[in-house]
Amino acid sequence: MIKFQNVAKTFRRARVLDGIDLEIGLGERVALIGSNGAGKTTLIRCLLGEYNHAGLVTIEGRSPRAERAAVLGMIGFVPQLPPPLKMPVGQLIDFAASLCNSDPQRIFDLARRLGLDVDGVVARQFVRLSGGMKQKLLIAIALGRDAQVLVLDEPAANLDPAARKIFFELLAERAAVATMLISSHRIDEVSTLVNRVIELDMGKVVLDDRVADDVALAGRLDCRIVVKRTEPAFAKAMASWHFTDHSGGGLEWSGAVAGPDRLRFMGMTSRYVALISDISLKEADAKVGVTEGNPRGTGGTAQ
Amino acid sequence: MKQLWLTAKLDIVESLRARWFHIYTLVFGGIVALLFLFGLTESRVLGFIGLSRLLVTYIQLTMAILPIFVLITTVRSVAGDREAGVFEYLLSLPVSLSAWFWGKILGRYVVIFAPVFLAMLGAVLWALAVGIEVPWGMFGYYTALLAVMAACFLGIGMLISAVARGTDVAQGAAFFVWLTLLLFLDLILLGVMIQGRVAPELAVTIALANPLQVFRTAALALFDPQLIVLGPSAYVILDLFGVTGFKIFALVYPAVLGLAAATLGYHLFRRGDLP
Repeated sequence: MIKFQNVAKTFRRARVLDGIDLEIGLGERVALIGSNGAGKTTLIRCLLGEYNHAGLVTIEGRSPRAERAAVLGMIGFVPQLPPPLKMPVGQLIDFAASLCNSDPQRIFDLARRLGLDVDGVVARQFVRLSGGMKQKLLIAIALGRDAQVLVLDEPAANLDPAARKIFFELLAERAAVATMLISSHRIDEVSTLVNRVIELDMGKVVLDDRVADDVALAGRLDCRIVVKRTEPAFAKAMASWHFTDHSGGGLEWSGAVAGPDRLRFMGMTSRYVALISDISLKEADAKVGVTEGNPRGTGGTAQ
Repeated sequence: MKQLWLTAKLDIVESLRARWFHIYTLVFGGIVALLFLFGLTESRVLGFIGLSRLLVTYIQLTMAILPIFVLITTVRSVAGDREAGVFEYLLSLPVSLSAWFWGKILGRYVVIFAPVFLAMLGAVLWALAVGIEVPWGMFGYYTALLAVMAACFLGIGMLISAVARGTDVAQGAAFFVWLTLLLFLDLILLGVMIQGRVAPELAVTIALANPLQVFRTAALALFDPQLIVLGPSAYVILDLFGVTGFKIFALVYPAVLGLAAATLGYHLFRRGDLP
């Protein structure tokens, strides 16, 4: 599907990519990780045909530089930083859909699924949307066509938990028919989304590993948390994950966490570990759960 | 073709919302309004009277403002878009580089030509409304001259944008180009060179190569081809070409120059890194 053959890129004297050899097959979900300056963005730009480089990059045997329109028609791209476009949202959608021979309605529908009130912002300039709204719209544009390759640069960074959950579901719907390249500088942000991890450092591949594909993209964890006392900061955090307060006094919470979001969720709860007296995480369609501190014996087997 | 029109439309919409365009429109609309306000149509200077007087003053002012405005705004927006990541995103969509580059030029051309032309058209319509005689030949030729001037400096601006990657460098280069052309006008450095015994052929060649000088000569010479108005090299040029010959040259040469600069810019853009 995607081939990098001895790809090298130099900016003036700095060698940013140094002989990259990679093959990525259909259906693979690849995490492209590495610290700042490792070469992730440069590799993505080579894949998008935006940079000249040594070596060869092909998608389905075709060069994204030489056959731009045909090859880029197969790629859906979400940049890390949204571009400061002054055009109205409606025009951006029409522009992208026209170029991609897609139906703008698909993009509208996806944006709505992600929780963006697209009808309310259709006349607003793209640059004037909030960070999360921009991200949702760019995701909707990338997924709103039959892209065989999805290149996502920190795609969920600005999304709230509810939108992330939908985003993971959307990726799950495309998992069988698309190759995904998800870039991040932190493995924990994307580890549950992928089945292969490629780490870059100083322009070289330093790790290329297949990882267990146990986490369903569309999976869900039912969660219940009991805390020792009412804590406004914790209550606010729970509310942002759309958890329900059963006690009414902020002591017992329950809600659903998207499967691939479990690490992020546990990272959040770890900040309140001294406050939590009981926590259980149970896969909605499985029998295995996670229990920490269990004074009342609730929850399942420790994982 | 669809990609080209989509890109042109995109650039027009982006420009219409940009602050530079509002200022640009205000400047040219304001010039015409001020010229009317100062009663220029009632005055007679150097043989020009009525709307001719207004049009010749307008084109002189346009010649001073339009080139630097077009150069700076073009390089600022193109290089600025590149720096801000607009290119990275929009060029990840399936659009060919030729459609992108020429579509951008087309859209930008509409946006820079429309205000200068509409301001002049507004003056003509006003003149018709109040019964001032309209010099249609002059209006037609000035329209063509403005169209060519916009194309010429847009092409140069796109070439600078393709060569200079950063906004600061691009702006500096654009200003330098404009300043150089300005200095080699007939009544400035070129006049000094002639006084300093530079070969007249060299001075005439420089004057002919300078699009600003070509526009200036064309705008003035057709109506008052005197040495004191034109400057020495323009006077010689007009003597060599004749009025009709120079009229044609003043339209063809800058158009070819702009197109050549844009074509060179396109080849550099296509061969280089895009974002």
